[in-house]
Amino acid sequence: MTRSDATVLAVAADSGQIGDPLVNIAIFGAFVLVTLVIVFRASRNNRSAADYYAAGRSFTGPQNGTAIAGDYLSAASFLGICGAIAIYGYDGFLYSIGFLVAWLVALLLVAELLRNTGRFTMADVLSFRLRQRPVRMAAALSTLAVVFFYLLAQMAGAGGLVALLLGIDGAAGQGVVIAVVGALMIFYVLVGGMKGTTWVQIIKAILLIAGAGVMTVWVLARYGFDLSALLQGAIDTAGEGGETLIEPGRQYGASSLTQLNFLSLALALVLGTAGLPHVLMRFYTVPSAKEARRSVVWAIWLIGIFYLFTLVLGYGAGALVGPEAIMAAPGRANSAAPLLAYELGGVLLLGVISAVAFATILAVVAGLTITAAASFAHDIYASVIKRGEVAPDGEVRVARITVLVIGALAIVGGIFANGQNVAFLVALAFAVAASANLPTIIYSLFWKRFNTAGALWSMYGGLLSCVVLIALSPVVSGKVDPVTGESLSMIRDTSVDFAVFPLENPGIVSIPLAFLLGIVGTLLSKEQPHPEKFAEMEVRSLTGAGAEKATSH
Amino acid sequence: MSESPQETDYQRVQRSPEFQDLRRRFRRFVFPMTALFLAWYFLYVLLANYAQAFMSQRVVGNITVGLLLGLGQFVSTFVITMTYARWANRKQDAVAANLREHIESGALIDGGADARHGGSLA
Repeated sequence: MTRSDATVLAVAADSGQIGDPLVNIAIFGAFVLVTLVIVFRASRNNRSAADYYAAGRSFTGPQNGTAIAGDYLSAASFLGICGAIAIYGYDGFLYSIGFLVAWLVALLLVAELLRNTGRFTMADVLSFRLRQRPVRMAAALSTLAVVFFYLLAQMAGAGGLVALLLGIDGAAGQGVVIAVVGALMIFYVLVGGMKGTTWVQIIKAILLIAGAGVMTVWVLARYGFDLSALLQGAIDTAGEGGETLIEPGRQYGASSLTQLNFLSLALALVLGTAGLPHVLMRFYTVPSAKEARRSVVWAIWLIGIFYLFTLVLGYGAGALVGPEAIMAAPGRANSAAPLLAYELGGVLLLGVISAVAFATILAVVAGLTITAAASFAHDIYASVIKRGEVAPDGEVRVARITVLVIGALAIVGGIFANGQNVAFLVALAFAVAASANLPTIIYSLFWKRFNTAGALWSMYGGLLSCVVLIALSPVVSGKVDPVTGESLSMIRDTSVDFAVFPLENPGIVSIPLAFLLGIVGTLLSKEQPHPEKFAEMEVRSLTGAGAEKATSH
Repeated sequence: MSESPQETDYQRVQRSPEFQDLRRRFRRFVFPMTALFLAWYFLYVLLANYAQAFMSQRVVGNITVGLLLGLGQFVSTFVITMTYARWANRKQDAVAANLREHIESGALIDGGADARHGGSLA
């Protein structure tokens, strides 16, 4: 870093903004324009529910795998993990590892079987051999809960990014930009349906991985392609105690309680992915189980390579920008990646990387929204309220209305969730998914005796315990920064403290509890088993007989 | 759907040796593999959490044991992914396709899926 660069950066940090807002807006505008054209083209064939929710099941494995990467590599992965590694070093690396290894659960146990037995939503599979209405209702509610936490995380990322890139410091101004992002997302999903959303995710995945790849090579080149030298740079920049950056425990090693937090986080990460409804729904966009498998193989490679990039980018931001400068920036930890881009390639690279980050948020939010809309319209409206007596276009109409409602909620939530580390918020969504969804998915696919009561106990028990424990945790109230005396919780008023549950991630309690409740509920119920339904589900799940085919136009 | 005392076609298929074979092979592959990668992952997490001195040892320059084990998680994930995909493509797909054709051409009287979902198919 030359002296003049340092000055520019320092001055920029003072005014709460770096780079040229016009460049940032122009590049982002170009992305929006290109994707809008594609969404319009994709929307021509959105006739039936299979088109709207599952893109006519017409995507290939590699296409869907790229879209899965686009869906999964959210702002949390990019901004959050880079920030966590820049500030906490090695402990931030755990997010990447957990987020990646989790895909093996999806690959080995869930993806293909789910593709073979379901149609549109996670509830299709869960209710396959159980009583339809109560199970669908529970599955839809937990889908909505996961989507809510995930949306909150994405919108929090959007808020921080806006502050950093457009120099909009005021809450009102940031709110307007979040509203614009939300409105765009609503438009994509309303017009493009799953097909449009998928294309947006594919384009975004390519941009994001390419952008991160360029930055990675750039950072490594600065250190003669010597990882050890890069780590030394991060250690030197961090100053006193910098060598702990390459050792575990900087964030979670303080006490046995924080170590337990780390375990809880690790559990939620590895078991969460295969229960994420928006990921599960992507498996329906391909024509067969074999393509679903290819999707996951592609997704694992793309996601794994990307996380290797974030390791370099995180330490790179630590070395070239420094933890102090990052924490002083408006988006705090979330601004590590954009600040690194500015440091490397100035205004233009910053513009590109921020546009990519915006696109990331936009695409992920769109994917979440269509999942929530499908779940509400297909499971709650069509199956529970109308008992299946509904024309397919009526269901899609309800789905579109749901998109509007969820879009509005996302905008409001985004305005409130500003400033939290997004990787951390996403980890909460993973905890809900792993507790409320995964046990029932696994049991219903593999355990013959599993029944409706077991599913309801497990889903509601997992969902409620998870949400209640989060509400009673330091995430929501009572966490105070010992140095500044500022609140680190969602409730900023430090006099409010009802955090009776000490862990920040509830996974270590709620996930085993949900697995246990599934067993207890099943064994206590007097429901007659349905061996013929289990036979149908098992045969279909492994052979693909009777599975939904691609629609042709 | 009414309860039928008779065996359905799906139950007949489920009982067939071909299907039992397919199912046994599937479970014999994925269950131990799942146990293996989960054990390896939690071993790594526990080491990072409770064996910090060990994980902080420098191997070469600033490259620590912990960093190498972390990168090892990436390698094992890629290896398991490719092993599974190759295995499924070679050993399972043909058998599954064969059974599927057999079932679908045998016109299941049960009618299962469509009737139960209650909606018309696109």
